[in-house]
Amino acid sequence: MLTILFDGIAYGMLLFVLACGLSVTLGLMNLVNLAHGAFAMAGGYVLVLLVNDLGVPFWASIVCAFFVSALIGLVMEKALYVHIYRKSHLDQVLFTIGLVFMSVAAADYAMGSSQVFARIPDALQGQIHVFGIGMGRYRLMIIAICGGLALALQYVLVYTRFGSRLRAAVDDQRVARGLGINVGSIFALTFAFGSGLAGLGGALGTEILGLDPTFPLKYMIYFLIVVTVGGTSSITGPFLASLLLGIADVAGKYYVPKLGAFVIYTIMIVVLIWRPQGLFARAANK
Amino acid sequence: MTEPTPTAKLATQGILARARWHPLEFVFWIVAFGSIWFAPNKHLILTEIAWLALFALSLDLILGYAGILSLGHAAFFGVGSYAAALLAKHGIVTEPVLALFCAGLVAAVLGFATSFLMLRGADLTRLMVSLGVALVLRELANQFGWLTGGADGLQGVTMEPILGLFRFDMFGHNGYVYCLVVLFVLFLAARRLMASPFGLSLLAIKGNPLRARAIGIGVDMRLVAIYTIGGFYAGVAGGLLAQTTAFSSLDVFSFDRSADLLLVLIIGGTGYLYGGIIGAVIFKIMQDYLALWSPQYWPFWIGLVLVVMVLVGRDRMTRWSEPLRALVNRLDWRRTPS
Repeated sequence: MLTILFDGIAYGMLLFVLACGLSVTLGLMNLVNLAHGAFAMAGGYVLVLLVNDLGVPFWASIVCAFFVSALIGLVMEKALYVHIYRKSHLDQVLFTIGLVFMSVAAADYAMGSSQVFARIPDALQGQIHVFGIGMGRYRLMIIAICGGLALALQYVLVYTRFGSRLRAAVDDQRVARGLGINVGSIFALTFAFGSGLAGLGGALGTEILGLDPTFPLKYMIYFLIVVTVGGTSSITGPFLASLLLGIADVAGKYYVPKLGAFVIYTIMIVVLIWRPQGLFARAANK
Repeated sequence: MTEPTPTAKLATQGILARARWHPLEFVFWIVAFGSIWFAPNKHLILTEIAWLALFALSLDLILGYAGILSLGHAAFFGVGSYAAALLAKHGIVTEPVLALFCAGLVAAVLGFATSFLMLRGADLTRLMVSLGVALVLRELANQFGWLTGGADGLQGVTMEPILGLFRFDMFGHNGYVYCLVVLFVLFLAARRLMASPFGLSLLAIKGNPLRARAIGIGVDMRLVAIYTIGGFYAGVAGGLLAQTTAFSSLDVFSFDRSADLLLVLIIGGTGYLYGGIIGAVIFKIMQDYLALWSPQYWPFWIGLVLVVMVLVGRDRMTRWSEPLRALVNRLDWRRTPS
């Protein structure tokens, strides 16, 4: 029971790191980015390549995965995404689906279609027992890293100058522009950082989520659930939503394996009908 | 009877002008039916084009006319497909045309039920809900293996002859004629519907829901109606697939199918009914060539087409046909000088 809770929390934390970049892009630029999972996949493959083929230490590779994905995000934002902010949602959906298809085929071409795993250092394997609860070391590490990241993000968002600018831009872009805030550059930075976080999540998640070329398609719906259920106005919303989703998914798969992913989708539809703005969001003021 | 005001006359004329057949449309359908004779060895792919065109037409009704963004349109397609296959397999309704109608009705009921979910929220919410419905149905079809055959698909379906006369032959000749006639009949119905005041009010809703409401158009009712009709069309398209292949599998609900469908419609252009049909022709030919050329990686090129189309701008992509249309307009003998 507690082990399931523990696994669920680890899973949820991972989802949060994967999806929080998406929630910012959606809130800030009203951009429906279905291709977010592609950045996560890039991070995962960077980790696998570095650890398995080049023998780089695990921790260094994780950091690399973050920076590589962030770099890809930055380049993509400057080169492609800037052109579609002002277009309709239909155009954004088409564009990002196109990117998903391309990334899936490209990953298939470059890395092969089978599932890959990264070699994990011995220190992270096995379980430790605390108060009779078996906890996987790898999952414990994920909770530590992701929890730390969530706290850091909350701190940056609430207490720093950049954070207040970002919040101002999300609340009302036009007024923020009028006050001299450079929304474009804030967005570029946030997009890159969000992509980096997705890459980090993808790298950490290779062990739990599995990594193959269909990753962006398979988990797209999960990221979108986190964002739509959690709302886009804060970071706590997506955080709680991803914990909820993680626990519900793990528990659902354990207790009622026959129903599979059915539980999650039904919960999502019900929540969206009940609170279209998200479970933890204030009413929209735009 | 009172004499109608000049404005009312003008409005009536405008509506009638929309309903009038354009010469290019005659050419289009003559070519379509001509393909029965001049391309007999291509009937299998033409059959696929026909049901895909009908499927895209159904999405055009809800996206191009009513402006509802859906990523789960495969839900109706899949339900129609399973309904048609199950009806045939268990011998409930053996006559294909009747069974097809039933399949459409089942999908329409689903469309009606889920349309209320689509009334709330903005684009993203609608996107997620429609996608969620399709995923839930896929899970259901997967779990009820005793009924649907689960992951193996529904096998052992035998189709009776159409109207008791025309057998589905292995070269797909009769199947193609059947699909084409169904497409044509449903197209006529959709064309009539969209040229009616109902269709025009949908366009008004798409343009600006708030303003449409303000001039007295019942927005919710109309969205429910068009979503139900769209469900019916998609269900019939799915039924055609099941009947011509005598098979149905989980693949009919997949996300790829909904995404591909968007591409089909976008290639052809939204909001004028022919978009779906033209898009289906181009998409299938393109897919055929790409699959031959790079069997494993063709989704990459499909994705590239999508990305390029959005970057170039969809309105600019369809502008190539303008000189042609202008030429035909000049040749149109019935045109009233304006």
